[in-house]
Amino acid sequence: MTTGVAERVTSLVASLRAHGVRVGTGESVDAARAVEALGLADRELLREGLAATLLHTADQRRVFDPVFDVYFPRGVGGPGTGPAGREELRDRLAAALADDDRTLLARLAGEAVDGFGAYGSSGAGGGPGASGPSPGSDGWSSHQTLDRLRPQTLLARVRDDLRARGGAAGFTDRLLEDEIRRRIEVFRRLVAAEARRRVAERRGRDEIARRAVAPTPDRVDFLVAGQAQLADLRRTVRPLARKLATRLTARRRRASRGSIDLRRTLRGSLSTGGVPMKPVLRRRRPVRPELVLLCDVSGSVAGFSDFTMLLVQALHDQFAKVRVFAFVNRIDEVTGLLAHGTADPEGLGARIGAEARLTGWHGSSDYGVALGEFAERYGDAVGPRTTVFVLGDARTNMSDPNLPALRRITGRARRGYWLNPEPRSRWGTGDSAAPAYAELIEMHECRNVRQLGALVSRLLPV
Amino acid sequence: MFTSVDDVSARLAETGYLASPAVATTVFLAARLGKPLLVEGPAGVGKTELAKAVARVTDARLVRLQCYEGVDESRALYEWNHAKQLLRISAGRDESWDEARTDIFGEEFLLPRPLLTAIRGDDAKVLLIDETDKADVEVEGLLLEVLSDFQVTVPELGTVTATRRPFVVLTSNASRELSEALRRRCLFLHIGFPEEELERRIVRLKVPDLDETLAGSLVRVVGALRAMELRKVPSVAETVDWARTLLALGADTLDEALVRDTLGVVLKHQDDVLRAAAKLDLDTL
Repeated sequence: MTTGVAERVTSLVASLRAHGVRVGTGESVDAARAVEALGLADRELLREGLAATLLHTADQRRVFDPVFDVYFPRGVGGPGTGPAGREELRDRLAAALADDDRTLLARLAGEAVDGFGAYGSSGAGGGPGASGPSPGSDGWSSHQTLDRLRPQTLLARVRDDLRARGGAAGFTDRLLEDEIRRRIEVFRRLVAAEARRRVAERRGRDEIARRAVAPTPDRVDFLVAGQAQLADLRRTVRPLARKLATRLTARRRRASRGSIDLRRTLRGSLSTGGVPMKPVLRRRRPVRPELVLLCDVSGSVAGFSDFTMLLVQALHDQFAKVRVFAFVNRIDEVTGLLAHGTADPEGLGARIGAEARLTGWHGSSDYGVALGEFAERYGDAVGPRTTVFVLGDARTNMSDPNLPALRRITGRARRGYWLNPEPRSRWGTGDSAAPAYAELIEMHECRNVRQLGALVSRLLPV
Repeated sequence: MFTSVDDVSARLAETGYLASPAVATTVFLAARLGKPLLVEGPAGVGKTELAKAVARVTDARLVRLQCYEGVDESRALYEWNHAKQLLRISAGRDESWDEARTDIFGEEFLLPRPLLTAIRGDDAKVLLIDETDKADVEVEGLLLEVLSDFQVTVPELGTVTATRRPFVVLTSNASRELSEALRRRCLFLHIGFPEEELERRIVRLKVPDLDETLAGSLVRVVGALRAMELRKVPSVAETVDWARTLLALGADTLDEALVRDTLGVVLKHQDDVLRAAAKLDLDTL
């Protein structure tokens, strides 16, 4: 194998590692052998071959594909044709969407980025690939390309075209629009990949591979996750809960091999002449702790608390009792809304907003009032077997943090924890009362699913 | 074993397994690099079938280890035939201890289980370790020696090393995370739901008598169902079942009543049926 290819494989591996995919040296060697066996002629085969040797789980594929596109690009430079007119390109795109021709879509994505994606010194419209934008404050933008091309507006046209072609084709006609929408989505992703590649050519692959690739779902920051990412996250609730449940059960089983029951050991030793041959262990009664969750569901942290509520609810058979309370500036119990079977994760936030009384005079969160109201109205929910979790960013909007209320709650509970989705460096900045609360209750940074999983398995009482 | 990726797809297709490019490439690499192949994916996309197809293509014997909770060394690797050993001892009552001892731990009294079977002998074999995730974690440890060095240690006999490496396929439904150590020893392949074009070809191959346009619309409806949020999305096996059902009903076009009446073939939960009916604008009764 030439050193060029070997070097490219190793930089690909390095970039995957930077994104949290664990790849060992053995796998790199296998990857190189795969490249040798497959050759460089067919890019898609190479992609599958490298994926098979380097990856270990299906989610890692989401990181792998964009990184692969950067290191093994479809081509170099522009597509080599002159700049296409917007209308002409849209016509060809409509035809390609109607035929669902993936290779043609990929080529059109290349032309589209070339024609409409350039920004910076070359100005709007851009030029053909050869001249391109000059170095400096410029590059290629998929957003701009899609904004100018507006592929979504082709929907009606493609639909009518297909209908005319196939005649009104009975039942499956109603599926047509969704199918076209999915094809347009494919095209958008192709444009994004193409823009990334063009930028990578200018700024060096390593930098783009580092910055422009979305992380795996468990590393997405709760506070900056977009709609689609949140939906992705919610889908990971059940597998994560299953994993945590096995871990908790295992811990419980291990814990039961603990202290020696002296009385029964001595009683048993009588049959062996007073020599304790078999130590008898104390039987543990399975303790099922109670759990109370106080969740801030105001807009700023909603994704985080939704997710955590669902997770705890999915773990419900690990606990004797789980009660969930939601607040913005008033508090209300939402345990019933999370009940099993009725929970469709997507609409949870909306349902909580609609069915629980969470806001009083205004719509911004007020920890002081909410904690005070909880201590007053639901004080009896917290007892000596209860562990309390507070979920929120501790941003009080400048109102009184009401520390005595929190002190009363934690004083009565067995343990209390606060999970804060903000990075630790931002605690105490602006209106954050995090440091004040952190003196009364153990506060942990919990920014993504990975951290949450680790915290839950460590903090949950067993 | 195979000369190229195209060779893999062509030969698999001859035995009735239509492989996507990803599947063909990974099978080719597994054969070329001599590494086990770990296949994950939803139920009913042909994970087990892949191993069987490879065995048919390469004219190899399929050795199958079905994993379940509690499968152990004596089920997976080997076991001594105690009853026969006892018989042997009582038959040779007059011989000395030394003679008896060396005798009863010989090949004759060994009951090879799938893993040992796959390693011994000179004929070509495909070892299928099915539903690996159902087995306990301890069994994974057992697999490590077999999968990395293709050898098994029997204390009384010594180490048995494969003279001819079997082609190994492990399948998993991801009901439990497999350990990192096991994953690292394998090539990883995720088989998802096939593209529309491929699925149409699969239906045509499995149910050749079905009308072609009907097969096309069937596959499109299944594609739409998969895009919905359902508890159990239909898999390829269900598509084929549905195609068979429609053939048995003698249908020639897909219409509302037909879809409504046969939706139970593809969807296995009542909530799913209701939800899909609402999304597809079927007027339910």
